[in-house]
Amino acid sequence: MGFLVATACGLVGNYLILRRMALVGDAISHSILPGIAVAFLLSGSRGSLPMFIGALVAGAVTTVLIEVIHKKSRVKQDAAIGIAFTSLFAVGVILISLFASKVDLDQECVLYGEIAFIPLESSVELAGLKLGPPSVVRMAVVTLVVALLVGLFYKELLVSSFDPALSFSLGINSTFVHYALMAMLSVVVVSAFEAVGAILVIAMLILPGATATLLSNRFPVMLGLTVLHAALSAVLGLHLGVWLNCSLAAAMVVAATFLFVLAWIFSPEEGLLSRVFKDRSGAVEPRCESAGSSE
Amino acid sequence: MSRAATTSSRTNRTAVRRRYSLSSVLYPLFALLYLLCAHSAHAARIGDISETSLSTQALRFFTFQDPSVRYALLGSMLLGISCGLLGSFLVVRKMALVGDALSHAVLPGVALGFLWNMSKDPVAIFIGATLAGLLGAGAVHLIKQTTRLKEDTALGLVLASFFAVGICMVTMIQRLPTGNKSGIDKFLFGQAAAIGAADVQLMGVVTGLAVVVIAVFYKEFLVTSFDAGFARAVGLPVQAFHYGLMLLLAFAVVIALQAVGVVLVSAMLITPAAAAYLLTDRMHRMLLLAALFGMAAGALGAFLSFLGNNLPTGPFMVLAATTVFAAAFLFGPRHGVLARWWRQRSRAARIQRENTLKAIYHVLEARNFQGEGVSLRELAERRRETEEEIQAQAAALARHELATLPGEADALFLTPAGWQTACAIVRNHRLWELYLTHTAQIAADHVHEDAEKIEHVLGEDVVRELERRLNYATKDPHGKVIPAVPVTLESKPEATPGYGRG
Repeated sequence: MGFLVATACGLVGNYLILRRMALVGDAISHSILPGIAVAFLLSGSRGSLPMFIGALVAGAVTTVLIEVIHKKSRVKQDAAIGIAFTSLFAVGVILISLFASKVDLDQECVLYGEIAFIPLESSVELAGLKLGPPSVVRMAVVTLVVALLVGLFYKELLVSSFDPALSFSLGINSTFVHYALMAMLSVVVVSAFEAVGAILVIAMLILPGATATLLSNRFPVMLGLTVLHAALSAVLGLHLGVWLNCSLAAAMVVAATFLFVLAWIFSPEEGLLSRVFKDRSGAVEPRCESAGSSE
Repeated sequence: MSRAATTSSRTNRTAVRRRYSLSSVLYPLFALLYLLCAHSAHAARIGDISETSLSTQALRFFTFQDPSVRYALLGSMLLGISCGLLGSFLVVRKMALVGDALSHAVLPGVALGFLWNMSKDPVAIFIGATLAGLLGAGAVHLIKQTTRLKEDTALGLVLASFFAVGICMVTMIQRLPTGNKSGIDKFLFGQAAAIGAADVQLMGVVTGLAVVVIAVFYKEFLVTSFDAGFARAVGLPVQAFHYGLMLLLAFAVVIALQAVGVVLVSAMLITPAAAAYLLTDRMHRMLLLAALFGMAAGALGAFLSFLGNNLPTGPFMVLAATTVFAAAFLFGPRHGVLARWWRQRSRAARIQRENTLKAIYHVLEARNFQGEGVSLRELAERRRETEEEIQAQAAALARHELATLPGEADALFLTPAGWQTACAIVRNHRLWELYLTHTAQIAADHVHEDAEKIEHVLGEDVVRELERRLNYATKDPHGKVIPAVPVTLESKPEATPGYGRG
């Protein structure tokens, strides 16, 4: 489960980093909370479909709200993000603490998520095969869909992330790609939400991608590294969480952070250590060389 | 150099003025604070009160019966002030999300401070949280400098990883035998009712510190925020001021934690300041407004969360601040959406009027200025529009006393002001066409579209300059006469088109 969550998040997160929208991911992961709360209040169940719809709507509302505040007033984009998601998150917290306190959608679970409870659920059987607990199956489906979409629309996503002008001239609708990515993000966040909670999703979105960015310049390699990072942090994190007796989701993020720090220090191209060596051996080289490499 | 000197003297004056206005706000507050701190009665916490009606709760709130109400209210207002002041600098520096990252990053520090002696000792928590916040700010800086990751990714990384460490520690504390009743989870969403006398004292000290530091170094903060290059050139330690601001910010976040909670502190930093940013262009006014909004949001949040038992305070404060922001966003006199829409509408109406006047001039010109009135039918043919549209335009002209519609209202007669405006518009149009063909070497059949737009915004000064450069030419590139604007007729300078009207 942890691996699935981290993979799906990491794949989407790579694009967020490229588009310098890492904090939009943060914003959406916070602001789907009212969407989920309203969906829960209206449908009265914790079924996945109303939750998905609620989260999608909330994600869209956030994106539009940020755009409106940013475009229609002189407030800059960063402040617009800050205003939009905190307000929506506040609404979500109030709704949950007002109406949902009597039922099983509690604050704690929404915030931290409890990956540890998943094995307790009864497993789903399909065509005689034991597939595992329902939430794992759901997450697996989402991860597969995300992987499939990224594979199918690899070119479109890549071009519109790196060069919006080129993508326009190629006839790719960047706005559509943007909103599609946001929709994908919302779906991933809402499905990951159960496992890692609303807030730690952001870590899952950014950490794998950032680690991969440090290790490679090639985008396909980056995507591969993302998956590897996801797998490692899931395994390490679960062990750490059991060992320290703390929230498993948080432990996963701590493990992911640890991997990021390792990459930061030991990366062959960008790492702190290789930088030190380069500076030493580069003493005789022209100055502009090292200035160029620090970019 | 002389310009720099005047700038600094002006900022100096503003700083002095601001110091006065601030102290006038501050003294009563401090007086209130000391009064309350002298009162060391320990009454029931707000959360302990069960089942009471809304009205009695409201009454209890407004009569300030128990000290906990006073502490909660005062604490909320103090944190609103400090957050508003410091948040203003974040907003103008485009660093709004640094506040978000910082507020998440302090959580491990809070947990460590708690572990220090297993109690909610404000000082230990304060020190731990401040250290964690500064560590987070340093880590963002380091990641940005030594890798190719961008600022937003670095912020997200630090935010998420520090927060995860914090959650890890909080959950560990909660699973300890003594940790369960500690109320450390209150730090996540905030509970103003948990504010005690010691907390309020700490808040007062921090808010006072923030106000004093900003007042004393107002000029320096202003310069480093708006023009870092200039600040470096005059020898100010820009980095030091940046870290000073970060330190103050960490302080503000830490004191706000108890009432607002880790997750929503950033809103208290950003939203009041952004609302103030929409309402004024002057930094000192923005600071005052932001502090005021923060204070109001804090008070309102404390009140609302008190009405319903045990509701978290943070979200209500944030919603109060958001309401203020929404009001400023919609109804702000200069930058509000409604004001902008109104300005756009009135500009569009003015351009429409001026186009009608121009059409009237053209009709008159076509018959060599014989006869006075222009019938609406002629005008409709000229502008290729329907009679109804022309009637509406004629009514608009009559309303603005640019033309009269005598008798059966089927013909327009220009008033002197109308005639003057019509001449000015046509003059602007033809002057511009001549300028483009003459000076910019553009073909005569390409200049009309451009002149159609520019004619409405050319000011008198520009027109004088154009006339001078074109040697007071009398014919436009199409051979038509450039009219002189009659100034002898009861001249109304504001009746000529140009910037800054309507």
